[in-house]
Amino acid sequence: MGPRLPLMLKDAGLTAFVAAALGIFIVGFRTVDTGGGKGLSFDYHLVDLAVAVVVIFIGRLGLSMAANGQRWPAIVLGGAMIAAGASPMKLPSGFLHWFVALGGVLLVIRAIWPWASDAMSAAARTPSGLALGKARSRWFGWLLLGAAVLMPFTPIADQKTMDLGVLILTYVMLGWGLNIVVGLAGLLDLGYVAFYAVGAYAYALLSTQYGLGFWTVLPLAGMMAALFGIVLGFPVLRLRGDYLAIVTLGFGEIIRLVLLNWFDLTNGPAGIGSIPGPTLFGAVFAETPPAGKQTVSEMLGIAFDGNHRLIFLYYIILGLALVTNLFTQRMRRLPVGRAWEALREDETACQALGINPTNTKLTAFAIGAMFAGFAGSFFAAKQRFISPESFVFIESAIILAIVVLGGMGSQIGVVLAAVLLIGLPEWFRDLGNYRMLAFGLAMVLIMVFRPRGLISHREPSIRLHPAGSGGSG
Amino acid sequence: MAYFTQQLINAITLGAIYGLIAIGYTMVYGIIGMINFAHGEVFMVGAFISLIGFVICSSVGISSAPVAIVLVLLLAMSFSAVYGWAIERTAYRPLRGSFRLAPLISAIGVSIALQNYVQLAQGARPKPGGQVVSGGFNLFTADGFDVRVTWLQIIIVVVTIVLMAGFTWVIARTSLGRQQRACEQDMKMASLLGVNVDRTISLTFVLGAALAAVAGMLFLMYYGVIDFFIGFLAGIKAFTAAVLGGIGSLPGAMLGGLLIGLIEVFWAGYFSSEYKDVAVFAILVLVLIFRPSGLLGKPEIEKV
Repeated sequence: MGPRLPLMLKDAGLTAFVAAALGIFIVGFRTVDTGGGKGLSFDYHLVDLAVAVVVIFIGRLGLSMAANGQRWPAIVLGGAMIAAGASPMKLPSGFLHWFVALGGVLLVIRAIWPWASDAMSAAARTPSGLALGKARSRWFGWLLLGAAVLMPFTPIADQKTMDLGVLILTYVMLGWGLNIVVGLAGLLDLGYVAFYAVGAYAYALLSTQYGLGFWTVLPLAGMMAALFGIVLGFPVLRLRGDYLAIVTLGFGEIIRLVLLNWFDLTNGPAGIGSIPGPTLFGAVFAETPPAGKQTVSEMLGIAFDGNHRLIFLYYIILGLALVTNLFTQRMRRLPVGRAWEALREDETACQALGINPTNTKLTAFAIGAMFAGFAGSFFAAKQRFISPESFVFIESAIILAIVVLGGMGSQIGVVLAAVLLIGLPEWFRDLGNYRMLAFGLAMVLIMVFRPRGLISHREPSIRLHPAGSGGSG
Repeated sequence: MAYFTQQLINAITLGAIYGLIAIGYTMVYGIIGMINFAHGEVFMVGAFISLIGFVICSSVGISSAPVAIVLVLLLAMSFSAVYGWAIERTAYRPLRGSFRLAPLISAIGVSIALQNYVQLAQGARPKPGGQVVSGGFNLFTADGFDVRVTWLQIIIVVVTIVLMAGFTWVIARTSLGRQQRACEQDMKMASLLGVNVDRTISLTFVLGAALAAVAGMLFLMYYGVIDFFIGFLAGIKAFTAAVLGGIGSLPGAMLGGLLIGLIEVFWAGYFSSEYKDVAVFAILVLVLIFRPSGLLGKPEIEKV
């Protein structure tokens, strides 16, 4: 195996040692209540820890082998780990089986990665590969759109899938909205969920207190959120980068705390319930019509089906998301959109060229907030119940993760990242807290291996020389 | 007057804890210019290791409080330091020189992962413990109100002062401190002059994590109960303290911690305890708007 083996063993040993030091207390000694409200005692998990440390040792060894081009030993190690994880052998916990097997899968992927990526790039360089790549970049978005439009009519569209579709599309819309702020204008907003909350509470309050309908409130909620964006953004947009991130985080928390504590208006932590759903030309989605209203099934003369409401919601959010996308695409062709991207690249140069940075940032901030407001009132209409619990920081972090992992500024990337980050964990809901652990780790891993996001290449909005005319592009 | 004095004593205790966490933020920001969003989580891990340490101490029969405190302090500091080192090595170092937002996103990921890791390993319920010191004495009585100082408050303030003095000495006098300050001023030049930049940055994280662990232990002893979520709020407040004092400045972090403690306690004592966190966040926003360089910080000069 070559002279490197002792070095690799040493490195793997060090990694395993660090892992043992990290885990010994937090994992090894699980504190449990002894009962009677007096003190804690331990539930020892040292065997689990030992198994995990051994796995980490083998995994690290395999990784350094793969990195040194010793592909086969790495694949063998990975295969052994998968076999151990999948075998009926009794490990102390079910989680360890997953841990071992997933570690093995990752190791095998790492080992064959150089092969696969060489083969892929070689295939992409052949004439047919080039044509395929061109066609894909042109048609991929349309294909996705077609699939999204037709999805409710396919046999897979049961209630669970439709729920998931609505959820993913909500995050796609939020991602596209935040993309204006983060991707185009380059402003890091960690409190985006605050505007989502403003939209949701606007609809919840206006509909339950004043009886206004969804379609009336939708623009109002957007305007309200945009107004919040302007009021909050105006004083802080002079700040740069990281500071702006923390201030927006602070604002997000302030709004949540106000919602939590202002009982007279928001009903505090108990939230607002029985929010009416959206109507179709005044008709409601229900089996029996409320007084003075018509149900959709009566209006259209079809049999009542509980899924109709879900399909309607699906198309509303699809429409809203597409509006967001189209709006962004158009904005990027306008002077203000160009100014956003210029500002992201170099603020000082923009100032020198006579762009007012505060106003330009403010438009991006307000427009982003407006779309969050739309999405928020949709969320309230869909859930029929909202409470401050839905608008915690982690939501902002998830939306931001979608934008960044998608590749900032890339619209298709946001869709892919939303499917990946929202869709996959929902399928694995049974894994409980493990999925949030995996979510956090995935954020780190994607940043480390693809810091520019999944779709890292983005066509520039404007070129000095048209593509193919010899410009540096 | 008595009520005021009592609040002042409580505020100084809380401020000491925030100050210890704030140092970690300010040092990391000073040296690599990133907000280490996961620092609050290291504080939380430190509190958990302390909790476990205290239970171990009581189960092996160490009944003397000072011995237990010193042992747990060393335990929490050293093992949390490993967390600080490992986070920097795996999540931040590969991203050095990447685009501006990458380390921040990575840090948010670390923070989410650590929270859920501790929740999975230790359970979501709040854990009581760490109350090894009790009692105190009456400072004075006025208007029928006893002003009390507990031994624990004295311990917290003394430990904080000793650690901060030691830390200031490390930064000002030792070769590690000199290297650290050199990297802060100009990383490339420092590396050309033979400073091991990677090692210095690692050590910065290690020191910051050790101080956060001390804060975690003191927090546990002071409140007597912790859960996996304490890192988020404490982290943001400590970051506010670092910004208020002037990020990058060590005395600033201590001053900022003290001020945040004062604001929080007095707001809760005189106005409303529901909105005390709003008050802290509002301070953060106001400081950043009107004095972004903080109280003791140097203004940033934009270079083209």
